[in-house]
Amino acid sequence: MSLSGERHALRKFTDRAFSASCVLATIIALVPLFGILYYVAARGIQGINLDFFTQLPKPVGETGGGMANAIVGTLKLVGLASVMGIPPGVLAGVYLAEFGQTRTGSVVRFSADVLSGIPSITVGIFVYSLVVLASKTFSAFAGALALAVIMLPTVTRTTEELLRLVPESLREAALGLGVPKWRATLRVMLRTAAPGIAVGIMLAVARVAGETAPLLFTAFSNRFWSDSWNEPTASLPVQIYTYAVSPFEDWHRQAWAAALVLVSLVLILNIAARVLVRNRVKK
Amino acid sequence: MSPFLEPPDASMPAVSRGAAEGKSSPSASEGRSPSTAEIALSTKANTKMHAEKLSAYFGKSQVLKGIALPILEKKVTAIIGPSGCGKSTFIRCLNRMHEVVPNAHVSGEVTLDGLNVYGRDIDPVRLRRRVGMVFQKPNPFPTMSIRDNVLAGLRLNGMRVDDAESRVERALHQVALWDEVKDGLDRAGTSLSGGQQQRLCIARSLAMEPEVILMDEPCSALDPIATARVEELIHELRADYTIVIVTHNMQQAARVANYTAFFYLGEVVEFGKTDAIFTHPTQRRTEDYITGRFG
Repeated sequence: MSLSGERHALRKFTDRAFSASCVLATIIALVPLFGILYYVAARGIQGINLDFFTQLPKPVGETGGGMANAIVGTLKLVGLASVMGIPPGVLAGVYLAEFGQTRTGSVVRFSADVLSGIPSITVGIFVYSLVVLASKTFSAFAGALALAVIMLPTVTRTTEELLRLVPESLREAALGLGVPKWRATLRVMLRTAAPGIAVGIMLAVARVAGETAPLLFTAFSNRFWSDSWNEPTASLPVQIYTYAVSPFEDWHRQAWAAALVLVSLVLILNIAARVLVRNRVKK
Repeated sequence: MSPFLEPPDASMPAVSRGAAEGKSSPSASEGRSPSTAEIALSTKANTKMHAEKLSAYFGKSQVLKGIALPILEKKVTAIIGPSGCGKSTFIRCLNRMHEVVPNAHVSGEVTLDGLNVYGRDIDPVRLRRRVGMVFQKPNPFPTMSIRDNVLAGLRLNGMRVDDAESRVERALHQVALWDEVKDGLDRAGTSLSGGQQQRLCIARSLAMEPEVILMDEPCSALDPIATARVEELIHELRADYTIVIVTHNMQQAARVANYTAFFYLGEVVEFGKTDAIFTHPTQRRTEDYITGRFG
């Protein structure tokens, strides 16, 4: 029997065609990402200067000023949201991984999946009626709560999935040494999965850092510094929205600058998480 | 006082179930393997652990069917038998690791120094500190250094370790790993070779200062040289520890064990001194297995 033939040529052609379409698809997928990055950087860099990071917004009509309050506001909102959202999320993930094979487990898992699919503006309305109406003020607290609710399902499911990837033999090793189950879970299972969970958490944090809709009627906005957690607080996404829809050229420029700062913040978070993990693994 | 603190007396049922039922041996009473009491007397060894009417289940399927077996103090007991005969399940019952598996449960009795480890007020966590375990696949903790792996049992239990360095050195000496790793104790435990990892896991068990060490096919993932080292180690350890080793490798059982039990389909077919089991098995099934006719 011959070792070559026309089928061979056909197969080679199919192989090349398939490889080529994979490359093409990858390029198509990457175009929007680099497009956005380039466009935001090109437009945003014009508005970046020292004032942008240190000054409050100027009143309408005056040029100059910055978004210092919005930058700090975003950090405050995201920080408080992380404090409120990450611990319950991780613990719920541990619950699902360890005891999730029950009816309650499936209900919790299903709820988390549904929650992660709920439009973020709905979460905003929910927190509005729950916190803002009750406290009669927009606040950083309400904004952070909305962001925390959005983070929760992602953190929960990531934690569960990554805990499931830890080999059962490690749990047995710990139990075999006379380590109680809770300690084995905490200090062996969770510890081993920690780098992956950290990446998942960073992605969740990065996602909520850019959320606008749930902040519109929870944290609202503020032209000035917010001194407490209990008053309207400026944030980059809301500020971008406000400035972008305004008729002023200078505000448009600042909106682009704010977008650049926000994207950089998210990128830094992502890269930091990855560097953290890589260093852990190297050891 | 528990009745199991006394050495088992002659009324204890014969450990050889097949023989007791007189299935294949014409002179069942003469030809059967020695009972617990006879072994204890003939070797002056104490019974460290003892299984009695021990049955184990995964859900509804019964894996162990009324096992009776003594584990003698400071001796090596090998458990041999074909795959699926319940060897691993048996040793996992000795330190109550069997019940960790969902839906698994146990009936019957296992005693440690005469005390029923399935008693109501027994904490399995404390039991496992006295009855340590080495697993089939080396499983050092990947997030810990070699040093921390050795100390893992103590540290994970929240115990303060004042003499950490000397403990690490002692345990690693015991497993003959010290010279190979002393210059890199901060390296990850998983950076070692398979055989070294397994010895590290044994050191990790030893650092807890257990009385009994259960080994579940500790060499099945190792090459012949690493296997030889682990076997040498077992030889040295038996001066101080009671060891139970599950093995698929009959030569290994012959090399390391003082006593051997042959398991088949969840029952103990025969138990006795290793050389007796291998040279004069009293049961047809034992003979068939060790001569390679099945299994």
